[in-house]
Amino acid sequence: MELLLSFIIGFMVIAAVIAIKARDLLSAIIAQGFVGYGLVICFLLLRAPDLAIVQIVVETMTLVIMVAIVLDSSREELQIRFDARQAFTMVSALIFMFLFILFFRQATASLSPFGEASLRMSEAYIYGAYEQTGSLNLVTGILFDFRGYDTLGEATVLFTAVMGVLTIIRLRGKK
Amino acid sequence: MTVYTLCFLLFLVGLYGVLTSRNLIKIVISLTIMEFSVFLLLALMGYIQGGDAPILPLPSPDNQIIVDPLPQAMVLTAIVIALATNAMILTIAIRLYKKYGTFDIREIRDLKG
Amino acid sequence: MQGLSIIVKKVAQIMSALIFIYGAYIITHGHLTPGGGFAGGALVAGAFMLLILSFGARFLALKREKEGSSFIESLAVLLVLCLATGGLFVGSLTFFHNYLPLGQAGHLVSAGLIPLYNIFIGIEVAAALLSIFLVLIIYKEEISL
Repeated sequence: MELLLSFIIGFMVIAAVIAIKARDLLSAIIAQGFVGYGLVICFLLLRAPDLAIVQIVVETMTLVIMVAIVLDSSREELQIRFDARQAFTMVSALIFMFLFILFFRQATASLSPFGEASLRMSEAYIYGAYEQTGSLNLVTGILFDFRGYDTLGEATVLFTAVMGVLTIIRLRGKK
Repeated sequence: MTVYTLCFLLFLVGLYGVLTSRNLIKIVISLTIMEFSVFLLLALMGYIQGGDAPILPLPSPDNQIIVDPLPQAMVLTAIVIALATNAMILTIAIRLYKKYGTFDIREIRDLKG
Repeated sequence: MQGLSIIVKKVAQIMSALIFIYGAYIITHGHLTPGGGFAGGALVAGAFMLLILSFGARFLALKREKEGSSFIESLAVLLVLCLATGGLFVGSLTFFHNYLPLGQAGHLVSAGLIPLYNIFIGIEVAAALLSIFLVLIIYKEEISL
């Protein structure tokens, strides 16, 4: 299981490197689609069918919208002017990545190894889910009953985003 | 622990793309790759070897091994919020393209007023 | 925008009906099988998007559809909030309290308020995704006229 997952995540990393180094914008978008669909396979292997359904539909929708945006504009990557500003940006990006690696090693030194998660926080949720909510799907029971505020916040964020999109693209109203 | 390291490598690739890209659509793509790596890390932290999906066939979870459902609920919320953020950023990119005629962030920054 | 050929139109009609029914199934059985409000809502939006992309609607019809879709989304969010505030008056007097009877496990009408939440959140997510898509298509039509 760990070997198979490492294989798939390795492919995703290669596709991500291609996505940020591609000269053509359409190739970059297709490579990003590769990363998204590889994530669907990872979710299925990690026994999370809810997440797989949501991710596959959202990824397809995002790809369609991005291709529609990119096809009408200039599709080629701009010339790389390798001047002082670009060099400064690259060096500072490498410094930040090195700092992140240090923090990562500190943070995951005390993580339990892969495949042996400690259910310290979810004990109450798993054993009380059927009696208190009556639903057999634990994720739905947690999302809509134990953690209803998070779902309400998410519905609000989606609503606000739609209002923002409708305001920024100000269509010609009724005259 | 190699899966955690690979997942973090995906995050680093996305971070490098956000910091050094000059095209607006490339920045959006790199941001999406960073978000995917975070989803993957959360889902990886809740896996139990030999466990089943968190749907109970019988109403009492006493002798069934179930994968942790709490990170999955959080990732579900996060996926929809990432979609909303992407929609907003792409809308702003469309408007910027109509006004300036290019996706380059240096040109957009240099034109003032 | 132009529609596609007649084979694509016929297949899109059949497929979008099936996708709509599948999305409704995933929404309503959210408490028994994997899925729930968000996944089913995205699928229902996908069915509508397939119809719009393959038939190529006219400009004014798209505008009327955008108004209707925005209205339905606002209505659905309002209904979710009303259902949640109802818990303030019944039972243990907290916000978001599950006050309908829980019923037996495995039946479709069970688990209290959770199926109703699933349905309304599903309608809201579908209408939100459809609104975003429609606004982008109307914008592209407008700048290319």
